Amino acid sequence: MSSNKTKEGPEKTQQPKNDFSRRTFLQGVGVGTTAVGAGVLTTEAKADHHEAKVHGPGAVPITLTVNGKAHKVDLEPRVTLLDALRDRLDYTGAKKVCDRATCGSCTVMLDGKAVYACSILAIEGQGRDIQTVEGLASGDNLHAVQAHFVENDAQQCGFCTPGFVVACKAFLDHNPNPTMADVERGLSGNICRCGTYVGVRQAVLDAARELQGGRRGD
Amino acid sequence: MPPANCKEGDVATKYDWPAAADRSLIGKRISRTDGPDKVTGQAKYSYDRNLDGMLVAKIVSSPHAHARITKIDTRAAEGISGVRAVEIFNDVGAEIQWIGTEIVALAADTEEIARDAVAAVKVEYEVLPHLVKEEEVDKAGDRVKPAADKTTGDPDAAFGQAGAVHEGYYGLATITHCCHEPHGQVVDWTGDEIVVYASTQAVGRIGADLAKNLSADEAMGVVKPSDVRVITPVMGGGFGSKFAIDTWGIACAKLSKKTGKPVKLMLDRDQELMIAGGRPSDYGKIKVAAAKDGSLTAYESESWSTGGVTSRGAPPLPYVIEPPNTRIRHLNVSTNTGPARAWRAPNHPQAAVLTMCAYEDLAAKLGMDPLKLFKKNVGLTQRPEVYRAELDKAAQLMDWPAKWHPPGEGGSGHVKRGVGISMHTWGGRPHDSQCRVTIHPDGEVVAELGSQDLGSGTQTVIGIVAAETMGLPLSAVNVKIGDSNYPPSGPSGGSTTVGGVSSSTRRASVHALEQLKEAVAPSLGTTADQIEAGGGHLAVKGGSGKLSWKDACRKLGANSISETGKQPMRDGGKLADSGVGGVQMADVSVDTETGIVSMNKMVAVQDCGLIIDLKTADSQVYGALIQGICYALWEERIFDQATGIYLNADMEFYKLAGIGDIGELVVHMMTGVYDDRGVIGLGEPPVISPGAAISNAVANAIGVRVPTLPLTPDKVLAALEKKGGMA
Repeated sequence: MSSNKTKEGPEKTQQPKNDFSRRTFLQGVGVGTTAVGAGVLTTEAKADHHEAKVHGPGAVPITLTVNGKAHKVDLEPRVTLLDALRDRLDYTGAKKVCDRATCGSCTVMLDGKAVYACSILAIEGQGRDIQTVEGLASGDNLHAVQAHFVENDAQQCGFCTPGFVVACKAFLDHNPNPTMADVERGLSGNICRCGTYVGVRQAVLDAARELQGGRRGD
Repeated sequence: MPPANCKEGDVATKYDWPAAADRSLIGKRISRTDGPDKVTGQAKYSYDRNLDGMLVAKIVSSPHAHARITKIDTRAAEGISGVRAVEIFNDVGAEIQWIGTEIVALAADTEEIARDAVAAVKVEYEVLPHLVKEEEVDKAGDRVKPAADKTTGDPDAAFGQAGAVHEGYYGLATITHCCHEPHGQVVDWTGDEIVVYASTQAVGRIGADLAKNLSADEAMGVVKPSDVRVITPVMGGGFGSKFAIDTWGIACAKLSKKTGKPVKLMLDRDQELMIAGGRPSDYGKIKVAAAKDGSLTAYESESWSTGGVTSRGAPPLPYVIEPPNTRIRHLNVSTNTGPARAWRAPNHPQAAVLTMCAYEDLAAKLGMDPLKLFKKNVGLTQRPEVYRAELDKAAQLMDWPAKWHPPGEGGSGHVKRGVGISMHTWGGRPHDSQCRVTIHPDGEVVAELGSQDLGSGTQTVIGIVAAETMGLPLSAVNVKIGDSNYPPSGPSGGSTTVGGVSSSTRRASVHALEQLKEAVAPSLGTTADQIEAGGGHLAVKGGSGKLSWKDACRKLGANSISETGKQPMRDGGKLADSGVGGVQMADVSVDTETGIVSMNKMVAVQDCGLIIDLKTADSQVYGALIQGICYALWEERIFDQATGIYLNADMEFYKLAGIGDIGELVVHMMTGVYDDRGVIGLGEPPVISPGAAISNAVANAIGVRVPTLPLTPDKVLAALEKKGGMA
C-alpha cells in the first residue's frame, strides 16, 4: 500500500454538528475514491463542493474516538465506519447484515445521532463522537434501554439487537416521552428477522418511563 | 378436559417433572440468561471473531442461472498484493444450475483486498437455457415431474353427492431465510486441531461433515472427526438453513490450511439470499366438498412447487382437517434457482394455505361462519379436543363473533376490515441429547451440552431445568453449550431441541443431586433418600437438619461430582412428547384504493405440553407470527425469466416487516392439564398458520380471494378488479 499524498488528521470540512446528511457525507468523503459508487451522487458532490480533499487510495492514518477513547488506525479511505469498528478496532457489537443502509443492525451514534455505520466512511468519523453499543452500560449496570430489552425479551438470535438498542437509545434521547405510534415510526429503520418487535416496543416505552424518573416495571 | 395423547399407564419415575405446585422456576416468565451479553454487544458471533493474523475470504459467484464454465483466470487476482490463497469451487466444465453459485474463493489480508480480488477474477461461461419461474406450470415442459399421487376413499362419488363444492386456486411464493448473520464461519487450522467458529444449528454434526469432505481431498491429508472442534456459543439466526458445513465451510478450511492462518468466510447479503436459503413455493388447484351442514367430505388437489433443481417432496395435503375422500397430486418443477433448505415447519405453511383457504371459501359458499365450519370438522383432525378448546379460546381473544361478517361486508368506506382462521399441527419430538452436570466442592453447578442456542432460549431452558432440580436459583447454574467438546446433543431443527435438552438435563441433574445427597447423608445423620433439595438447601425430610448448598458441596472434599443424563433413556420416564395443535386468527384492514393490507391484530393459541420458560416461549410465538406476517404480505424471492436474474437479493427489496407493521399480537399458551404430556417443541408450529389466516382475513374483508401470497397491493387490486371493482 502506498501512503499517497494525503495524510491529514481529522477532517477540516465545515460540518454542522448533529446534522448528518447525504450532503455533508459527500463533502467529507471527497470525490471519486469511495466505495459509494453511485454516479449521480458523485456528480452532485463535484458540483457542490470544489475544495474536496483527496484521500488515499492507499491507507491513511486516522483517529477515531469511540466511546470516549481515541484510536489511531491506518486504513484505506474506502473502508466504512462499520468495517473500521469491527475489523480494525474489534468493536463487534454493531453487526454487518445488509451492508446497504436498510436493516439498521450496524447502528451507532455519531455526535448523538443514530447512523448506519455500513454507509459512512471511517474517515468521515474523524473528529466525531462515535458511540457504540459497547459504551452504553457502565460496568455491570445496563443502560435502561438494555435492561428493558432483557426484561421484555426483545431479542432472540440477538444479531439485530445491538443496532436496535443503539437506535432506541438515540430515539429516546430525542423523544423522551414517546407514544407507541412514535416508537413504531421512529424505530422503523431497524429490521429484526426473528420477530422481536413486540418486546422492543414495550422495552422502549418502559425505558422511557424509567429514564423520566419512573420506577422500572411500574 | 383430558390431556391429548396422554398414554395410560405411564410409570412414575424419579426423573418426572415436579408437580405444578412444586415448581419454582419451570413454567415461570424468566428472562433469557444470555440477554445481557446480547444487549451489550459482548456476545461473540462467528462473524465477530477476529483472530490474530486472520485472513478474510470472499466468493466469486455465478451471474448466470444456468451456464457452463469455459474459463477461469485468477492470475490477476492472485497478483494483487495481500491476496494469499485461492480455492476453486467449480472448475472449467462445471455446469452451473443457479445464480449465485460459488465459483472461486479468495483469501486476503483484508476484506477490501478480498473484494478487489473477487473483482479481478475472470470467469467465462457458455450460457445455457434456464427456467427460473414455476407458477405458470404449463410453460415448464419436461422440467415437471410427478412427486405424489394418492387417493383415499372415493372422491368422485363424494363430489357428486356433495351439498356444496368449491374450486379455487391458491399458492405462495418461494421465500428465503435471510438470516441476519449470514452463513459462514471462521476456520483456524493453524495447529493440529481444526477449530471452526460456525454460524450453525448443528454444533455436534458439522465437524464430522467437514472431516469427511476434507479427507476426500488428498492435499488435505486424513482428517478425523475428532480433529475438528466446533464452537458456536451464539448464532445469528438459522430457521432451518444452517445444518451443513456447506461448500464455503470446506473452502474456508482449505484456505486456512493453505495459508497457515485463520480465515473468515461469511457470505455477502446477496449470496445469503441467492444460495443459502429458500422455502419452496406451492401453487395448487384445490377442490373441496361438504354436506349442506358444513361437514367436509372431500378434498382434491393438483399442486406444484419448486425446491430448485431437485425435488423438495410434497406438502402434507389435506392439512389438519382430513376429509374421508381425497385425491392428492403433486408435481415438482425443476428450476434454475437456489436449492431449498428446511424453513421453519417445512411444507406445513404451504399446506395450510392450500387447505385452510379452500375451506374458508367453501364456508363462504355455504353461507357459513368459518369458525362454525372448523369447529364442525374437528373430528377429522388428530386431536379434536385440543382444537375445539383452541378455537373457542382464539375466538374469545379475537372477539370473533363481533368481528366476523359475511365476506365482502367489511365496511362502507374504502378501507375494509376482515378476519380469518387457520389451524396447524407439528411433531416436536425430543432429539437425542446428552448433558453432563458437574457439582464442584465450592458449590458451582455446571451443565454442559454440545447443543446450540438459535435465539430460542435453549441455554436458559437448560439452566432452569438444572436449577429447578437442585432447588437453586437460576444464577447458580453455569450453562455451557455451543462447543462440540461437550457431550453430544442433536442439531436444532424440527422443534426437537427443547424436549431433548430438557430431558437430558433433568436426568443428569437428578443423578448429580443423588450423588451429592449420598455425600452429605452422614453429616445429616440420615440416608440419601431422606434428603430433599430446595430453597438453596439440602434438608432432611420433615426434620430439622439442613445444610446450605455451599456447605453441602464442601462435604465433597476435593472431588467434584460429574454425572451424565441422556435422552432417550430406558426407564427414564416420559419427560417429553410430540404432536401439538394450534389455532390462529387474523384481523386485517384492506385499503381498496391502494391495495395495501395492514395488520390490526393476530391471535395465536398454542399447545406445546409443559413449558419450561413462558417468557421465551411467548417470544417464539410472537416471532413466528411476525415471520408469518412477513411471508403473508411482502416476502418473495423474485426472479426475471428473461435474464434469469434474482431481482431482490438484498434487504431493500426483499421485504420484511418493520416494527410498525405488525399490529397487536396476542399469544395464549395452553397450559395446565396440557403440562402432563411433558415438554414438546415450539419452534415450528406457530409459524405455520399466519399465511392462511391472513389470506382468509383479506378474503373476508373484500369478498374476493387474492389467490397467492404475498398479498401485495398489485394482487389485491387485481383481485378486486376481477370481482368487478371495489368491495
